[in-house]
Amino acid sequence: MEKYLEMIRMRFLMMLAYRTDYYTGILIYSINIGAYYFLWNAIYGEKSSIEGLTSIQMTTYVAIAWMARAFYFNNIDREIALEIKEGKVAIELIRPYNYLGMKTMQGLGEGIFRFFFFSVPGMILVALIFPIQVPHHPASWGLFGLSLLLSFIINTQINLLTGITAFFFYNNAGLIRAKRVIIDLFSGLILPISFYPFWAQDIMKYLPFQGISYIPSMIFTNGFTGGEIVYALLQQSVWVLVLLVPIRLLWTAAKKQLIIQGG
Amino acid sequence: MNNAIEVSQLRKEFKSYSSRTGLKGAFRDLLTRNYKIVPAVNDINFTVKQGEMVAYIGENGAGKSTTIKMLTGILEPTSGKLRVNGMNPHREREKFTRTIGVVFGQRSQLWWDIAVQESFRLLKKVYKVSDEQYNEHMGHVIKTLDIGPLLDKPVRKLSLGQRMRCELAAALIHNPPLLFLDEPTIGLDVLVKLKIREFLKEINEKYNTTILLTTHDLGDIEALCNRVVMLDEGKIVYDGELDALKNNWAEEKEIHFQFMNHVNLSELNSLPLQFSTDWEYDEKNQTYIANIKGEDENISQLISAVVSHFKIKDVKIHETSIEEIVRNIYEKGMN
Repeated sequence: MEKYLEMIRMRFLMMLAYRTDYYTGILIYSINIGAYYFLWNAIYGEKSSIEGLTSIQMTTYVAIAWMARAFYFNNIDREIALEIKEGKVAIELIRPYNYLGMKTMQGLGEGIFRFFFFSVPGMILVALIFPIQVPHHPASWGLFGLSLLLSFIINTQINLLTGITAFFFYNNAGLIRAKRVIIDLFSGLILPISFYPFWAQDIMKYLPFQGISYIPSMIFTNGFTGGEIVYALLQQSVWVLVLLVPIRLLWTAAKKQLIIQGG
Repeated sequence: MNNAIEVSQLRKEFKSYSSRTGLKGAFRDLLTRNYKIVPAVNDINFTVKQGEMVAYIGENGAGKSTTIKMLTGILEPTSGKLRVNGMNPHREREKFTRTIGVVFGQRSQLWWDIAVQESFRLLKKVYKVSDEQYNEHMGHVIKTLDIGPLLDKPVRKLSLGQRMRCELAAALIHNPPLLFLDEPTIGLDVLVKLKIREFLKEINEKYNTTILLTTHDLGDIEALCNRVVMLDEGKIVYDGELDALKNNWAEEKEIHFQFMNHVNLSELNSLPLQFSTDWEYDEKNQTYIANIKGEDENISQLISAVVSHFKIKDVKIHETSIEEIVRNIYEKGMN
């Protein structure tokens, strides 16, 4: 266990080593939140609510969705692909640890870093500038936290799956890009799931993506109540378990397939 | 349990794709691709005893790295038996890797952007080394390799020689009984090479560490290994003592002369010597090359004879490199 904690610490150090990334990140996220805020303001116009969300709830939704993204988002799929492409995965495989577990911990290290140095100050800043509504109930905060953790796990699992495909196709950059667009779109980051047409909502119910952004954001904005929250959290947990299966299968196949690039 | 490595009938095949020619061929490649199966390592057998230092040599692409990757559990063999430290490296990877240390000369195992000591700290946790063990063992390693002042620098700021010494230290954090070194001295200057060789010898004597080393540097092998395993096209072509190999295959030494004045080949050939010498003239470098066989004394005799007759500008004694030995063996066949 200690080695995994150490890896989180290590990633922390690496994030600190690259300060410019950190500052540009803050800039990009603020621009995104600002742009969506004005866009939604224009769409709402005089209307007090659309699809059960009030204008203030919507602003809160946008802000929290982006801030949550800072926590769950990571590039470990790209990192895995790069390590495979450059043959660095050889170094990882001579160490007595689980490669995918270590990658997950690196993602978590990155997430925790951004949560404290990015999401929290960012959220305070956003709350001062835009009219948003934070939950009053401490329980909602707790449930949101739990949901956010699950969303990190689901997103990371999907990243692992995408990353492992590099063992089979040596260039999976296209796949990684496609995955990113799909997640932004189907997770409810850009548009809440309840805004999609019913048939699309029906399909998305059977996909893991809404567990990444829509569920935690809806819990935070009080868009879900009582039983809905429990159901949503259960849905996330089920996906966490289900996604373990393809990861396991793909990883076993990948190790057999492995060729170390470059000597 | 005396054998650190036991390999029998080990084989690794790769699929190699070939592209068809032309645009039409490119379209056909989209649907089905031509491939053939190439054995990179072809049914090899050898054992290495605990405490031995073995050089594993061969030309580029002979299958050395592939073998090392199977021995370290990275690649799964296509067929054959493999026991390293009494385990199957690929099946029991996590348990097995605790008992080995690996240095890839071309690849860093340190974290590029952060200080060396942070990498050490992580590896210490990964291998579950206690503070006492670490301080005692690594304190010594750090002192011997003289890397103390480098520990707080990020890896990217180190020179190659500095980095290699840190890599070596990193591979030894858990004091493994078996050490794989894949071209550990590639691109290093002589002083660093010497330091690394000395250090490896010391480790071997102190802990009876088994060392398997691939290298293109004959100096490494001479300094460290009694035994040489030579690979060519995936097959072992020689397994035995270094001296025997050199006596059989590197008997010729080249001595390169450059003269102040013009000299004829016939003048050189008529020098009074008790052994036969082949003279060649390399026009491009304006160099006369003497090929001589046999004892080392002949070299000094030859040089003294030449020097007493002609004014020389430069002399170089050229040792046969591993590549040349391999080429010799390959061209003439064993026996």
